Order: sequence, then structure tokens, then C-alpha cells
Amino acid sequence: MTSAPATTASDAIPKVRLDLLPILLPVAIAAVAYPLVGNLTTWLTLTIAALAMGMMIFVIASGLTLVFGLMDVLNFGHGAFIAIGAYLAMTVLIPLSGWTQADSLALNLLALLLAVVVAAIGTGLLGWAFERVIVKPVYGQHLKQILVTMGGLIVAEQLIHVIWGGDQKPMTLPTALRGAFTIGDFALEKFRLLAVAVGLAVFAGMMIVLNRTRLGLLIRAGVENSEMVEALGYRIRRLFVGVFMAGSALAGLGGVLWALYRETLTASIGGDVMVLVFIVIIVGGLGSVGGCFLGAILVAMTANYVAFLAPKVALASNILLMVAVLMWRPQGLYPVAKR
Amino acid sequence: MAEALLTLEGVHTHIGEYHILQGVDLVVPRGGITVLLGRNGAGKTTTLRTIMGLWKPSRGTVTFDGRAIGGTDTPTIAQGGIAYVPETMAVFADLTVEENMILAARQGPPDPARLDWIFGFFPAMKKFWQYPAGVLSGGQKQMLAISRAIIEKRTLILIDEPTKGLAPAIIESMIGAFAELKRDTTILLVEQNFRFAASLGDQVAVMDDGRVVHRGTMAGLSGDETLQTRLLGLSLDAHQ
Repeated sequence: MTSAPATTASDAIPKVRLDLLPILLPVAIAAVAYPLVGNLTTWLTLTIAALAMGMMIFVIASGLTLVFGLMDVLNFGHGAFIAIGAYLAMTVLIPLSGWTQADSLALNLLALLLAVVVAAIGTGLLGWAFERVIVKPVYGQHLKQILVTMGGLIVAEQLIHVIWGGDQKPMTLPTALRGAFTIGDFALEKFRLLAVAVGLAVFAGMMIVLNRTRLGLLIRAGVENSEMVEALGYRIRRLFVGVFMAGSALAGLGGVLWALYRETLTASIGGDVMVLVFIVIIVGGLGSVGGCFLGAILVAMTANYVAFLAPKVALASNILLMVAVLMWRPQGLYPVAKR
Repeated sequence: MAEALLTLEGVHTHIGEYHILQGVDLVVPRGGITVLLGRNGAGKTTTLRTIMGLWKPSRGTVTFDGRAIGGTDTPTIAQGGIAYVPETMAVFADLTVEENMILAARQGPPDPARLDWIFGFFPAMKKFWQYPAGVLSGGQKQMLAISRAIIEKRTLILIDEPTKGLAPAIIESMIGAFAELKRDTTILLVEQNFRFAASLGDQVAVMDDGRVVHRGTMAGLSGDETLQTRLLGLSLDAHQ
């Protein structure tokens, strides 16, 4: 190798913009809500409930935002993995009722862990089949993607009716996760704490994988420009399948948490929550995991505070939030640079 | 002329209903720089993308290093030793310069000696190693796109209009870098800037309406003003 000439190319220092404004939004919303709620205990309860709800929605939505960003696939069938994950967990928890009803935190958590593992593996494998059979033939065709994935969701819901029956099922919390810790007047529900912990763990895990591993680099690069990733010699299709499976498994995990949170289970549990999930990933910026995390917290906070303060506008509150965010930032809070 | 490294014979490419390449015959000899010239819409970019497998040829053969690669998928072509620098540069804006380079080095962590060699061409890459590629200037992004293509030894590099939109000072630095680069590898360069192309090119092919209409040495074309005017509607003098 020979020595090369130095260049006189422009080397002006680029300006790196630290964009912290969206991170302050949840703090601002909480601060504005406090005087409106008017009671510290109620405000704390609403805020913790919002964080728990936000974390569960984040777990569900995080996989979908990557699928959107990386594969450019509009997967309206994501709700199927939420529902099937929850039903698989219920199937595991019923025969383990001795463990879930025992007065032992270890046995309770072990039963829950088994249920979550079965749900995640089951929905991950189902995601593989869904991608191969339903999504693969319609890559690049958005209208067909909406139609076939929506069809997939309907078929999945009907299959749930066939396998598990059409009636509403109870989803009982393990003994140790029932009730609340009380600090003065304030009650902190145990399950909500668990949901927050799981959401934070999933977020931390995803950020480590995305920012500290070669696989993560490939995913981030693929979200921006999958064609260039292929031109560098990587098989992006394999990555697509892997991400789709991981996204489905996360939806399954989120489904378990969501069903435990509601303590009931129906075949439409996934479809019902999908409106919130789509709002979250649009608000966060398609393909952005950080944006999805923030979006989930914002959506949950808005839903909780507005439901308490003005129940009549609760239904529209998240749509209004989305409109407001998109008027401010049309690509979402943390848009991913695209192609 | 040296042995052929890349040969296109009667290559046709359709994009949707459009028939873009209409029987391209092109030979890129091993070593040096072969320049592909032609007006906008002549099919130069499509030719590079067809070689890279990003668009599949509907007819004809593409042979690289003795192997037929027409219709082969893009990752296999890249793994076979062809690097591609698209017109859009396609740097990964959310990734740092370092992460862009790590991703381009498929065989493991980038070789420090190779990196020093690249920093010799493009010192800005060393300076902005930890910066997100999205905040770099257009010239710096082009440097990164080229650096990414040469982070490991490649047999052939396809480069699409590297000087487009760049300041003259940066173009001058690129001429120095490319002159050095062509000692190490073979380059197929699509270029609109005739002066840049003429200062670097060894061989030249001129395209029009999806076909190669002239092949020869760059010295021959540079020295023949009548030929330049006939093929390109310009002369080198007019661009100096």
C-alpha cells in the first residue's frame, strides 16, 4: 500500500443537534396535569398507572415499529400475536394454578416466566410463518399488505374462537402480584411495578442490541436504506425474518402483560389495542425505538389524565395528541433518516 | 488492453414498463479507471445498478472475473468483490462515521493500516469519526461513501457521479484520491464532469439511449474535439 496525498477537502465541524425537547414532553404533561388533578395521591396513582400502561404498549409496539421501518411493511395483523400470546400464557397458567395461587413469590414468578417464554416462543414461530406465507408475497405493495394482514388478524381471531372458545376468559394475577404497596395515602399496585420493570428491561435490551452490536447496526442501517445494506454484502431478507419474529415475540410478551393488566381475555384483545399501538409508532416516528418508547408514555399519560379530568373526550384524546405532534413534527418525535 | 475484468454483452434492463438498457456491450479491463459518459437518461446509472444486481437484466450476460453474475442477488455480487458508491451516496445518516465503516468491513473490525491509508486520502473521516454521518457536509458524505467502498480490498468499485454538487476544492482532492486508488483496484466511474473524467480515466465508454455508442481510450477521446462534440455535445476546452 502506498502513501496517499493529504486532501484539502472541507473539514468544517458539523453541528450535532441534541434534540431533548420531546423527552421533556411527558414531564411537561405531568406538570400541567398536577394542578388540574388537584390531589397528589390521585396524580401519583394516575401517573404510575400511565407509566405501566405506557410500558406495556411500548413492549407491544416496539417490534411493529422496527417491522415498519426495516421492512416497510404495514402489518395490521400484529394484534393477532398479542392475542395469541395472551391465550398461550393462559393455557400455561391454568395447569400451573397451584403455583400461581401459592403463597410463594418464587413459584408465582416461575409460573409467569414459563407462561411468558411459551407465549414469546409461540408467537415468534407464528411470526415466522406469518411472514413467509402472508407478508412475503406482498413486499412493496402497501394496499395489499393492509388487506392481507388485516385478513390474517381476522383469521387468527376466529382460530382463537375455535381453539379456546368464544367466551371471555379470566386471566388471574398470581397471588404475589395482587394488591398494592401503600406509602401513606398512596397505593402502588404491584403488577404495575412489574409492568414498568419489564418495559424498561425490554427498552434497555433493545437499545443495547441496536447500539452495541453488529446486528443492531445492521438493523439501524436497514431501517434507513435496506438496498445499501444489501450492496454492502448483507442478506437483508434474513434480517427481515429475524426482526419480524422478534417483533411478534415482543407482541406476544406484551399481550401477556396486557391481559394480566385487564384480568380478562377475549380474542379481540389484540385488535382492540392496535389503534393505540399505531398512534404510538406514528407519534414516535416510524422505525424509531426511542420515539416509540416516548410515544407510548405520552399516549398512556394523555389517556389516563384525560379519562380522569374529562371522560367525555377520553376517546378522542390520543387522536388529538397525534394530530398535535404531527403538526409540530410531521415525521414524528424522533424520525429515522430514510433512503 | 489488459484482460477483461467485467464484461456486459447485449444487456437489456427493464424498469417497470420502461426499456432502459437496450443491448449494452461494455468491457472493463482489469486495473485503472474506466469512465462511463453520456447525457442524462442515457442509462449509465442503470448499467451500474444492473451490474450490482439491484435491477435484474431481462436479457444478455454480465461476466465478472470469469463468473456469470447476471441475475445473481446483490449480496452475493458484493461478497464476490464488487463495491458500489451510488449517486445518492447512501451513507447511513443515523450511524456514526465509525459505525458506517464497521458495517462496510464485512470480514471483521476495520484494519488499522487500511484505515490510516484511507485517512490519508480523506482526513475529515478521522476528524469526524464519532460524528453521525447525517451531520456531515455533502463532500464529507461523499468521502465517507468512497471510504466505505474501500475499507476492505475490492476487485472492482462502481462509483456513480462522485463529484455531483461538490465544491471545486473537494473535486480537486478527489482527483488526487482517485489517482491513488486506481493503483490498488479497478474502478468503473460514471461521471458528468468531463474534466474530472478526462484527468483520471484510462478507458472510456459513451452511452446514449441505453446503448454503448463509443469505446476507446480516454486519451483518444480527450484529444479529439470533434469526437467529443459528436458523442457528448461538448468539448473538453469548453469545460476548462
